[in-house]
Amino acid sequence: MSILVFAEHDNSELKSDTLKTVAAAQAIGGDIHLLVAGHNCQAVAEAASKVNGVSKVLVADNAAYEHQLAENVSLLVTELAADYSHIIATALTTGKNFMPRVAALLDVAQISDIIAVESSDTFVRPIYAGNAIATVQSLDSKKVITVRSTGFDAVATDGNAEIVALDKVTDAGISSHVSDELSVSERPDLGAASVVISGGRGMQNGENFKLLEGIADKLGAAIGASRAAVDAGFVPNDMQVGQTGKIVAPDLYIAVGISGAIQHLAGMKDSKVIVAINKDAEAPIFQVADYGLVADLFDALPELESKL
Amino acid sequence: MKVLVPIKRVIDYNVKVRVKADNSNVDLANVKMAINPFCEIAVEEAVRLKEAGTATEVIAVSIGNKSCQEQLRTALALGADRAIQIDTDENLDSINVAKLLQKIVEEEQPQLVILGKQSIDSDNNQTGQMLAALTGMAQGTFASAVTIDGDKVNVTREVDSGLQTISLNLPAIVTTDLRLNEPRYASLPNIMKAKRKPLDVKSAADFGIDLTARTKLIKVTPPAERKAGIIVESIDELVEKLKNEAKVIS
Repeated sequence: MSILVFAEHDNSELKSDTLKTVAAAQAIGGDIHLLVAGHNCQAVAEAASKVNGVSKVLVADNAAYEHQLAENVSLLVTELAADYSHIIATALTTGKNFMPRVAALLDVAQISDIIAVESSDTFVRPIYAGNAIATVQSLDSKKVITVRSTGFDAVATDGNAEIVALDKVTDAGISSHVSDELSVSERPDLGAASVVISGGRGMQNGENFKLLEGIADKLGAAIGASRAAVDAGFVPNDMQVGQTGKIVAPDLYIAVGISGAIQHLAGMKDSKVIVAINKDAEAPIFQVADYGLVADLFDALPELESKL
Repeated sequence: MKVLVPIKRVIDYNVKVRVKADNSNVDLANVKMAINPFCEIAVEEAVRLKEAGTATEVIAVSIGNKSCQEQLRTALALGADRAIQIDTDENLDSINVAKLLQKIVEEEQPQLVILGKQSIDSDNNQTGQMLAALTGMAQGTFASAVTIDGDKVNVTREVDSGLQTISLNLPAIVTTDLRLNEPRYASLPNIMKAKRKPLDVKSAADFGIDLTARTKLIKVTPPAERKAGIIVESIDELVEKLKNEAKVIS
């Protein structure tokens, strides 16, 4: 069996989620190749060659792949797929975008967001916002899979894989990139942070999210948000934790002014330790919190910051 | 332009699902069902395009047994012009859903297909992308803004690092994110009017597509329960517990 893993990157840096996705590939077992599709992404290829367990890095470096448009990347992956039994990507927005397209081009089903591998054709994935766990067997000859990285531990970066440049370009010519509006933050990446502090509707406005910053600085934490906080315009969408936002599983998750709707819990309830600060003692978040503090967040946050 | 909106009947988003005792699936007997929230946003976007004079006709389509006509009537009450039910009792994989939708796209020739980005039951996030692949169309997934620009459509997408805007040739596929719009409520007169709008029923078997299942559900189990935590009385106690008991901060 050979497994093709799509490397998650931004053309300059290999994302740590790729290390977890490779762990999922190792659980399946077989020869693992990493595909780096991008533009001016040599640094990513170098980093990819050091990922433990990878025997070969395929590099498709072309302007057609710079923004990883689904139309172009899916053609590339579909073409490469002939040599592989499993095609795997991380269940982040890039993988979620192009992988089902690959599956359809190959005429196979996709197994999305797996959190465990039972065997080479059977996988475990959450459904109904994580309120049920399904074990699913793929009956197709080729398996197209996306991996929820919080389900796997990152592999080491002590490998030494061969780097092979691909020169064929697959440009569908039906879509183009216009612009990006990226959030710039000095803090750790939400998906990779070991501590996350999130604010919800209780924060009342975007200005008050500053109250989380001092604490985040002291804990080296990323700052997240509930959908209510994003919808209200307090913070940008890429900070949303939940069923339809980011899935996180840090060592410590601090939920501030978040009631704990099903959809939010779906994104954080696999955190190792959950702390809830809420003035409503009846809030559902307290049912999953290891440590709950019933208090007004405007009193609690400055005090917490001063005592860390 | 003609806009096609595939919608799905799912469990209401507020319901806490229960897994059946025999672990065969979740228990959907006597559970409140509704239109998938992302599909509702798709209908709203299509209706807004019609109100803006961009779209000429909005067609809602759903795949399922007779009960999904209820959600199609909801779409009609929200402003869709007509509806198509593809009748089947099977629980289809996304790839087979996409193949049936491909046939409807061939029949109706819409310029734009708007779907939800995922259904809140299976959480697959696949159908729109698969339909795009099968029809050879470009795709704008996780859309938070959609602007028609001549023979192209600009889609602003919610991506991990913020927002990304792409331009797609029409016809194209768009999948909705939560922030695309705020769906309206259907008024009583519109609900009454929706009862008289056309709703075609087609049998899934008549399309001549092989709808054999590609996946097998082995079992469904409840997620691991978190053990009950404690309520601390003060910030001091909280910090002390995090340092010495949970050892997650130093």
